[in-house]
Amino acid sequence: MSATTRPNTIFKNLNAKVAAIPMIATVLVVFIGCTLWTVVLSFTSSRSLPELTFVGFDQYARLFTTPRWNISAINLGIFGIFTLVFSTVIGFILAALMDQKIRFEGAFRTVFLYPYALSFIVTGLVWQWILTPTFGIQRVVRDLGFETFTFSILNNQRYAIYAIVIAGLWHGTGLVMALMLAGLRGIDEDIWKASRVDGIPIWKTYLFIVIPMMRPVFITTIVLISTGIVRVYDLVVALTGGGPGNASEVPAKYVYEFMFRRANLGQGLAASTIMLTTVLIIVIPWALMEYRGGKQK
Amino acid sequence: MTAISTLPTEPRGKRPTRTFAPATIMIYGILLVAALYYILPLYVMIVTSLKGMPEIRLGNIFSTPVEITFQPWSTAWTSACTGLYCEGLKVGFWNSVKIMIPSVIVSILIASVNGYALANWRFKGSEIFFSILLFGAFIPYQVMLYPLVIITRELGIFGTLTGIIVIHTIFGMPILTLLFRNYFASLPTELFKAARVDGAGFWRIFFQIMVPLSAPIFVVAVIMQVTGIWNDFLFGVIFAGSKNVPMTVQLNNIVNSTQGVKEYNVNMAATILTGAVPLLVYFFSGKYFVRGIAAGAVKG
Repeated sequence: MSATTRPNTIFKNLNAKVAAIPMIATVLVVFIGCTLWTVVLSFTSSRSLPELTFVGFDQYARLFTTPRWNISAINLGIFGIFTLVFSTVIGFILAALMDQKIRFEGAFRTVFLYPYALSFIVTGLVWQWILTPTFGIQRVVRDLGFETFTFSILNNQRYAIYAIVIAGLWHGTGLVMALMLAGLRGIDEDIWKASRVDGIPIWKTYLFIVIPMMRPVFITTIVLISTGIVRVYDLVVALTGGGPGNASEVPAKYVYEFMFRRANLGQGLAASTIMLTTVLIIVIPWALMEYRGGKQK
Repeated sequence: MTAISTLPTEPRGKRPTRTFAPATIMIYGILLVAALYYILPLYVMIVTSLKGMPEIRLGNIFSTPVEITFQPWSTAWTSACTGLYCEGLKVGFWNSVKIMIPSVIVSILIASVNGYALANWRFKGSEIFFSILLFGAFIPYQVMLYPLVIITRELGIFGTLTGIIVIHTIFGMPILTLLFRNYFASLPTELFKAARVDGAGFWRIFFQIMVPLSAPIFVVAVIMQVTGIWNDFLFGVIFAGSKNVPMTVQLNNIVNSTQGVKEYNVNMAATILTGAVPLLVYFFSGKYFVRGIAAGAVKG
């Protein structure tokens, strides 16, 4: 209708542009604008209010001399490595078992995946209850007759972070399983036939043929888990509150505390910029790889 | 990528033969043990919520209740305390409903129209914006929180229902847009072209052709948003304001409050109540939920 009368390109396809206004605004203002704002202001001496006194890398220098931040960063490393390794390995093994043409596959999948529907708050509170030394697993085992059995990781500075690992695995492994299962179903049936004909044992087929073929699935899964790991926040708040002491603090919690509780904005912004950098280090190589892979197809 | 974006619901090949080979027993054995580990927390939550406090102090967390009581459930719902207020979790429940319904509707409306524009009415730069939008899904929320607080405060919507709805719409946009764009792009283009030839415009094609064909993807989107928004904690804490504290935040305040004697049975009843909405959605929507998380997780 209007295309014939209006030569101006802005008005061409106007409805689509109007429909895309929320997206354009979100991209420009939130994803680009807010991110840049945070990165720039992380180089200032802002305390309770944002100000534009630039101090170079001072906030970062202070960050890495703050014990609480260093504990947070180390905890993220521990949580990250354990979560990555265990959720990938367990997720894959479960998926491989589910792929053996078993009965009740739907029931098993429902059971493995339901924790993923629950919030991290619910997950954290349930595991807090199960791990409470006075009533939880420690008590249960002691009641069985092992009276010196100790399992009080929630009260132990050194092991509190592992409680978060346990709860996180319970929450997320089902998702990894679902992704891996979909990947396994994408493997050509002929591969299995060929390896059977050649008399290759099943475990060898998995290890040397199927897993290498599923490389893209593994990489995507690992990137997704990793970006989730960097964000871990609610789970810690609900399960340990960062305690005992600061023993199970994580970066996301550090950011929140310094921005909104302690009125030390510069520290919060610098810490969140470090979080961003971590995510970029994980995501950019992957995005480039995906982009190139997409081009080849 | 394409290999894992579709989840077959049925395994391929023959049905298993009825044999009890050692390998079969081992497979089922491992799966059952794993299933037990996954079910246990739900079981513990339920039995704990049905016991009285004396029984909890005497017994262990796995024992079935001797005397079933629903008192903890009614306490959790009507009179559990957060700080000085003892109005129960129902306050948080209704706040979450108040936040969730408009957020789900607004975010899906905007994202579906946007996905349609990106799939069928591409304009110069639309793909670039879309790529940045997807990339934005990976940025940790903490990076954008403070500037968003300033923006919402300047707009006068900080700490209001409108504010939290806008926030949920923004952060739901990448994945929802992707979901709708891919779905609309997968519909036969002949439909779109024929409608264009017949003189239908942007909105008419959307409402009369695209939407009626897209019921399944709207269901997936609703499921994703209902569970995602219900389970949100961070945005609720910061943007919802003290009058609209969502259920997850209130639950955490009830359970992790330091004052008073801890009533574990009430806590567990409250925890189940908070988890009930997404759990029911999950159990009743089965394959749609799986489809949603597959799309959500795999992004492509």
